[in-house]
Amino acid sequence: MDLIAALGSGLSAAIGPVAAAYAISALGLNLQFGYTGLLNFGHVAFMLMGAYGTAMTVEAGGSLWLGIVVGILAAVGLGLVLGLPTLRQRAEYLAITTIAAAEVLRLVVRSSWATEVTGGVFGLQGFADEFFALNPFTSSATYDLGPIAVTGRRLWVVVVGWTLVVVLTLVMRKVIQSPWGRLLRAIREDEDTARSVGKNVFARKLQALTLGGALGALAGALLAIEQQNVNPDSFRPEITFILYVVVILGGAGTIWGPVIGAITFQFLFFFVDTLMRDTQANVAWVGAVISAAGAAQVRFVLVGLGLVALLIFRPQGLLGSRKEAVVGA
Amino acid sequence: MRDATWVDDVAAAPGNSKPDPILVVDGIQRFFGGLRAVDVEHLEVQRNSITSLIGPNGAGKTTLFNVLTGFDRPDSGSWHLNGGPLVGLPAYQVARRGMIRTFQLTRAMPRLTVAENVMLAATNNPGESLIRALVGGWSRHERAAAERAEQLLDRFGILHMRDEYAGTLSGGQRKLLELARALMVDPELIMLDEPMAGINPALSQELLQHIVGLQQDGKSVVFIEHDMDVVQEISDWVVVLAEGKVIAEDRPEGIAGNREVIDAYLGVHHGEAAS
Amino acid sequence: MRTRIGSVLGKTVFGLLALLTVTLAAAVAASAQGEEPGESIGGTLFQRIDGERVPVEGVVIVVSQDGTEIGSATSDAEGTWLVQLPGPGSYSVRLDESTLPEDVGLTDPDRTELPDINVTSGQDRQVIFQLGESALEQPGTFTRVAALFVVGLKLGAIIALCAIGLSLIFAVTGLVNFAHAELVTLGAVIAYLLHAAGPHWPLVAAAVPAVIAGAFLGWGQEKVLWKPLRRRRMGLLSMMVVSIGVGFALRFLILIFYGGRPRAYPDFAGQAATPILGIPVVPKQLVTIGVAVAVLGAVGLFLQKTQAGTALRAVRDDSALAESSGIDAQRVIALTWAMGGALAAMGGVFFGLTESVQWDMGFQLLLLMFAAVILGGIGTTYGTMAGAFIVGVAVEMSVLFVPSELKTAVGLVLLIIVLIFRPQGLLAVRERIS
Repeated sequence: MDLIAALGSGLSAAIGPVAAAYAISALGLNLQFGYTGLLNFGHVAFMLMGAYGTAMTVEAGGSLWLGIVVGILAAVGLGLVLGLPTLRQRAEYLAITTIAAAEVLRLVVRSSWATEVTGGVFGLQGFADEFFALNPFTSSATYDLGPIAVTGRRLWVVVVGWTLVVVLTLVMRKVIQSPWGRLLRAIREDEDTARSVGKNVFARKLQALTLGGALGALAGALLAIEQQNVNPDSFRPEITFILYVVVILGGAGTIWGPVIGAITFQFLFFFVDTLMRDTQANVAWVGAVISAAGAAQVRFVLVGLGLVALLIFRPQGLLGSRKEAVVGA
Repeated sequence: MRDATWVDDVAAAPGNSKPDPILVVDGIQRFFGGLRAVDVEHLEVQRNSITSLIGPNGAGKTTLFNVLTGFDRPDSGSWHLNGGPLVGLPAYQVARRGMIRTFQLTRAMPRLTVAENVMLAATNNPGESLIRALVGGWSRHERAAAERAEQLLDRFGILHMRDEYAGTLSGGQRKLLELARALMVDPELIMLDEPMAGINPALSQELLQHIVGLQQDGKSVVFIEHDMDVVQEISDWVVVLAEGKVIAEDRPEGIAGNREVIDAYLGVHHGEAAS
Repeated sequence: MRTRIGSVLGKTVFGLLALLTVTLAAAVAASAQGEEPGESIGGTLFQRIDGERVPVEGVVIVVSQDGTEIGSATSDAEGTWLVQLPGPGSYSVRLDESTLPEDVGLTDPDRTELPDINVTSGQDRQVIFQLGESALEQPGTFTRVAALFVVGLKLGAIIALCAIGLSLIFAVTGLVNFAHAELVTLGAVIAYLLHAAGPHWPLVAAAVPAVIAGAFLGWGQEKVLWKPLRRRRMGLLSMMVVSIGVGFALRFLILIFYGGRPRAYPDFAGQAATPILGIPVVPKQLVTIGVAVAVLGAVGLFLQKTQAGTALRAVRDDSALAESSGIDAQRVIALTWAMGGALAAMGGVFFGLTESVQWDMGFQLLLLMFAAVILGGIGTTYGTMAGAFIVGVAVEMSVLFVPSELKTAVGLVLLIIVLIFRPQGLLAVRERIS
């Protein structure tokens, strides 16, 4: 087994642009799920809004920066549409509506009916030139970052992405440590009690949902820019559940949990993937049981099992306090 | 038995008016499917009194509480607090108008500290706006709230627990925390849903003292209670609910011998007397 | 505490191993299907005639890279085709129009060639050629409406079968089981493996073990997972996330061992419609509706007339009261899981029969199940059944007004409208708050 190759692939993914985008998106999901207790099972829909808002605006002749704003506003709109009818109901209504909306939105975007504007199954490409025009690094050159080497193009996305992650996390820390943040946590613990002492719970839940959605949209835009490509099948429901693993792995309801979670998750995801492919190809009995295509899906099975195992055995994740997890049970 | 003087002027009949009512209820009905859970024609609660709400299981006491505090909507009816209408207001608006409730199953927010549990209830908190949370300017209010929360925790004897998670409190301590949190809002009328349930006798005396203390602070208290000894001991006035209707109102010493009340309890629980 | 965690771990591991064994056995059977490793491009050619998938056979598809032909394939009786690729990369896929049947055309005539199809490592890339009935004679409006109504009833019947368990499990445990979808898929897949591969049983015979397996999987997950978690007082919020994880793991296990290709039950693929009262109806649709209605009736009788059914209703209405009157709530819950699993698996077989058997078919149906459950009132039995038929008919008949690709969206719109105007559902009363 080629452990070095697997470690390298994991490490490269852990600091990559996708990890940064996951961290930003998970920051939003953590605000919703970790702090406010909202079960948003369709977070990927907000990312889709950000990505398509960006790409479609550029396609229609707008600038990339305007596109990002449009994408974020579209996500806020989606948050309102999904939140207004559900946030007065019990928690599962939001969960059901969001999981449904995310899948429907993807179907709409990929339908031939919408192909004119969304590109249908082919998506939209090449809309992020404005971003790469600002690249201070040489796009085609290779830069050494310790054990791994990256192109200048990738390095530019990485620098911007992780800068955003740090800035947004610091902003998040500020609002979470305010009375606003305390009220969100109170809603997570017992919204009836918050209501009984005069707090407008519905308005705060709507704020958490839309703000978290906006962060998801920003992450979606970042992903789209990095790939210079949006495609409906990049926004399958799997992404939402990967983000749940990221949030819970890092520690739901902790400030730096989403960031640590995203880095750890991406490392493990690619480490396992490389290892699995290698094993499939070189260990005879494994190759007999599982196909190469199957080996590539094993990591998704582990995502599901990981989610279950985390919630059972380490609900506080890497950064949460054991004591808090115990009293909360 | 209390020493309120106003009760001498009020005759013991359902729906009678009180000299200085803080809460007035008119024609509230609430149906579940075909079942009429609450059907209160008229009810007044005297200001600065301790009023007990009693009645057999399923009489609609908690449902009435839910309706009055905005946690449930009635099918018809209206009610006023200090003359202001509360119909159609969401629960948080009712609370802001000065009527605070507690729940039958005590609700501590386990993963908030004891101090946070109380400070949460601070009113007009500028830091609860998202914009202000971001730009600041709420720390003075927060300091004042922390000070007040400390006083309340001290009053209820749980100040030493202030930095612990509320989830680590004992059942009795949670009751005290709930009262402290309710008082943080500085309400005029406090609605307690079975505050004595599941409390050991030693603590229940302490809790009763605190409830009397609320009255001494000038607040009005309505509470649901099953134990007739408790009702006799601290209430000024007793309202009896059965099958959703107010079937009797009286001074505590008069209620135990009330024929209607005995019938209501016997009618539901065969062979189980009212006291 | 330690021993309890240990036993939860032990049971979970045992359960997963059992599940893996079942799936592996199924995979060995499936390997007769010739699932080949490496990258490929494939798809299924079909046209929709009144909501029914009709495979298109004998069409030649050519895959090339940088102008060089890599390989070609001809669609089989199920309309499926597959071209193996030398590796990941960008390919172009062309449909040879001259091989299309005379009455079939591409909905978009310019799309005979799809350039720049990117295939990643290990991917079984699916591409779609939209075939239309443009050249077919359009049936009259009335017959079309009537035929769509029948298709809608069929979908409603399937949703009802699958959603009853979802609703009842919620009613007795408070858990919305997001892994319910995978019970549907497993039912369809197990029946497929016994019918089309391995022993080649008739579908009716193959459906029996599928339904039994569904009951076992429902009952088993309650025993090894949900009951221990309730014992540990895990919050419902966390339990719902756990169910998401379980569903996710199962879905990809199925993908690994069954593959990504949609398949039809061979004995019933492309069954022709026969006119009944002038309405073109496919017999398998009628069978689906008939059997489902009979089973739903039996479920209703079970709940009303039997002791177990009465116990279930008692636990649903007030589990503390039920337990104090001597009902073993834990047994009732286990029974509900078994019943829900069996019904979901049966629904899956019918869904596979009238659509196709696919690794994420249950997940696709889940949205409509949710719409039905919310519409009827979550936790109700008859409400869920009524909601299912309303959703099924509304979704299928919506193709009169919206493109058929978007008909699932109609389910979501219904769901949101109900949440706005009658969140407790059509047949439920506003709940009590305690």
